[in-house]
Parts: sequence; C-alpha cells; structure tokens
Amino acid sequence: MSLLEIENASVYYEHFQALYDINLKIEEGEIFACIGANGAGKSTLLKMLSGTLIPRQGRVVFDGEPIDHMPPHRRVELGISLVPEGRRIFPSLTVHENLMIGAYRNRKGPWTTDAVYELFPLLQPLTKRQGTGLSGGEQQALAIGRALMANPRLILLDEISLGLAPVVIKRIYEAFPTMLENGCTILVVEQDVQHVLTVATHVACFLEGRIALQGVPSELTGDQITAAYFGV
Amino acid sequence: MDWVNTIVSGILLGGLYSLFAVGLSLVFGTMRLVNLAHGDLTVLPAYVALLMVGSAGRFNPLYAIPLTMVVMFGFGYLLQRGLLNRVVLKGDIIGVIVTFGLSMVIMNALQQGFTANSQGLDAGKIENLSITVTDQFAIGWLPLLIFLLAIVVITALQLYMGHTKMGRAFRAVSDDTDAARLMGINTKHVWAVAMAVALLVVSIGGVIMGIRTTFSPLLGTDRLIFAFEAVIIGGMGSLWGTFVGGIVLGVAQLIGAKVFGSPFQHLVGHLVFIAILAFRPQGFLAKTVTK
Repeated sequence: MSLLEIENASVYYEHFQALYDINLKIEEGEIFACIGANGAGKSTLLKMLSGTLIPRQGRVVFDGEPIDHMPPHRRVELGISLVPEGRRIFPSLTVHENLMIGAYRNRKGPWTTDAVYELFPLLQPLTKRQGTGLSGGEQQALAIGRALMANPRLILLDEISLGLAPVVIKRIYEAFPTMLENGCTILVVEQDVQHVLTVATHVACFLEGRIALQGVPSELTGDQITAAYFGV
Repeated sequence: MDWVNTIVSGILLGGLYSLFAVGLSLVFGTMRLVNLAHGDLTVLPAYVALLMVGSAGRFNPLYAIPLTMVVMFGFGYLLQRGLLNRVVLKGDIIGVIVTFGLSMVIMNALQQGFTANSQGLDAGKIENLSITVTDQFAIGWLPLLIFLLAIVVITALQLYMGHTKMGRAFRAVSDDTDAARLMGINTKHVWAVAMAVALLVVSIGGVIMGIRTTFSPLLGTDRLIFAFEAVIIGGMGSLWGTFVGGIVLGVAQLIGAKVFGSPFQHLVGHLVFIAILAFRPQGFLAKTVTK
C-alpha cells in the first residue's frame, strides 16, 4: 500500500477547474517532485492535500484512510505537514515559539527543537528573535523546521526555493537526507526544476491542471521534461 | 486632600474598567470580533451569582465568585462554538449584527427572569470596611480589592499568553488564521477557549461590582462603552495598555464629576476619550499595527 494515493481527483475554485482527474501514488521514503509552470496546478494539489481545498470528485487516501474531507488540523494529527508558499511565519511569535506551534498536535517522533537547530544551525542564534526580523533563507529554514516539529510522515514543501539565493537553496536541499532518515517522506513542489531533479526519486510534471509526464528522473530525457513543462 | 481622594478613587475605578476591558480586548485580538454583547456579558455573572446565593441559602456572594467563573467559562465556550464561530472572519458587519442581537437577547432575558428592578448582592461587613489614611481620606476595601484583582488578572493573562501552549495558539491564530490551521490548530476550539477565558475574567469584576453597587439588566451598554474606551485609550493588543486606559478613563470621569458635578461624570470621560482618539489614535501602549 502506498503512503498517499490520489484517485481521479478534480479540484475547482468556484467555477474554475484547477485540477483534472489527477492520479498519483507516493511511496514511503520517496522524494516526490511536482514540477510545472506557474498556474499548472501544483499549489492546488498541495492545498487539496493539506485540507484548504476539498476535491469535488475523487479520493485522497493517506495510509489507507480517506482524508479528502478532513479539516487541516486533523491531517496534521495523522502526519501530514505543510511548508506553505511564502513561509507564513507567525510574526508576533519568536523563532522558538514558531517551532513550538509546529508541535501543537503532540505527535510522537524524533523531531524536537534541538533536532531542528541541529539540522539548521543558522536558526540557533535567532531563537529569541521575532518571526518578522528574519532573512528569506532563515524564514524558509524556520518554516521547514516548524513543519518537522509535527513529526510528519509526509511533508509537503511548496516552492521552497522561491526568492532564495542558490547557496541557501543548496543548504535547504542538503537537509533532505536527514528528513528521510527520520521517517519523513517528501513531496516537493517547484517551478525551478534544476535543483529538484538532482534529488527527486520520482517526478510528476503538471501542465494546465493535468499530469503531463511521470517517472523516475534518470529515465526521462531533458527534451521530454521540457515538452511536458511547456506543453510544446 | 480632596483631590487626592478623587484621583485615588479614579484609579481604583479604572482598575474595574480594565477588568471588564481585557475580556473585550482578548476576544478582539484573537478573532477580530467586535463583541457588542460584551457589556451584557459582564452583567450576566452578577445574576448567576445571585441565583447561587439565593438558592443555596444565604452564603456570602464572595464565595460565589469562583463558581460563577466556572459557569461563565463554560457558557463562553458553548456560546462561541454554538453561535459566534459562525460569524468569525465573515466580515465585521455580520459579527456586529449578531452580537448586537445577542445583547438584546441577554438584556431581555434578564428583564424577563429578574424584572427590571435593581438587585444587590449582600456580602456583609466588607462592603463598608475601609482603610483610613487621614481624617478626610479613606480607601474602601472593595474598590481596592477590585483594583488588586485587576493587577493579578492582567499579570496572569500576560503569563498565560506568553508561556502556555494555548496562549501561543491565541497569538498564532491572531497573526494568521489559515497558517495556524495548517499547523494543526483547531481554530474553532481556540476561539471558544478565548471567549471562555474572556468571560471568566469579566465574571470577577461582574460579581464584585454586584456586591459594591446594585445592578439591573440594562447596565451592559455603559460598560461596553467604557470597556471600548479603555481598550482604545490604552492601545489595541496590549493588556497593560488596557489597564492604563481604564485608569485614565476612571480618573477623567471622577475629575469631571468633581469639577462639573456628578451628571457630567460620563460626559467628561467620553470627551477625554475623544481627545485621545484625535491626538493619539493608536493609544498609549499600542502593539498591533493597523493594516
């Protein structure tokens, strides 16, 4: 049984259909990358998985349990954590308190604030700093750390490299192996395919609300990916 | 000496106002709900205490305070989950209309159940005890008790907001409701706890006020306005600011009463409030930045 199965899911914003009959399977221990241009439906997929949007048709099954109508906080309880686009750090909380909010559901697991500071040492000197006074890279590290504090079985990463310097992006991707070792499957959504294809074990390319191409990155050619990405 | 008396009484009265106002501030802070029924919800606990004292033989209403706090906590939770959660984040006007309606319901229910006559809670001797400082200057025990309780309550709330898991959740929900949900926070529960805590806090002032003076079902409107004024004078989002705001309002009212006569007590308070709104609209100790 797969960790996450999406069966024929269609998602709408009011009258606008954003996803058409999506079928996906994510296995435990994978780094699953969803790539695609702006507006291809990648973020909509994550909204459906985190509970902000409910599919009008189809099913989402997590570890054998249907979750498509479950409110967001229950999904966190089951072990699905989101690192939202734009990081959404709580500005009036300190760095440490932001991490503690991640642990709100008290899920058991390996992640503690100390483990997060070890993973992202750049956060260590900032513990008492307000969430607002951080650089983009620090905010992104904090947002990932906050999601890990929930001890997720599946972590959803939405556009984590957006607006960050290449050296910072590299440092964040370097955290992936530690996350996997601690029992956390990764679903990463990116517009920028360069980095993500070097680490991903599986890739799905979104085009206008549909999956145009799926497979193991090493078995796909650059031309295939370019064609699926731009729809040419 | 006369003036010292007036100012000290004003400060003590301000403590009471701040005790009513922090509940309003807490609810607005966590869910951006302008609760027009807040005044009536400060009157309600006095009647809850009256029922307890009446039904259980004549025991001292001071002992009814803890039990009333528990009752109001439960009532606040159910009120929020059953009714007010539906209007949170649906726009200001819907919240205003629903809580205005709730205010009407509470006032009329109290009139129906207890008549429009003034009632009192009899706590015995403590009502008249005072500390004599000089011949012309004495501080009543009850006003002093309310003032000290206001300090204790605000300190406790500050610690609760800053150092507990639920306090953190209040602040996170206030910052970004959607992100808080995605982090596993059940916002419906958090809002309900915020309302419950707010009503727990106002029951302290509500019952002691019922002991100090008489009360009647329509008192809530004035209290709502004083609470609003205290919150705004002090600055949104700051509990100690609300405390300061309550004191400014209390002192202004009593100075007004002393200079122009008691009919002008409330008017002078309102004028001072308007002056502060004009010259320092963010209040004295504002924390939240207006968007």
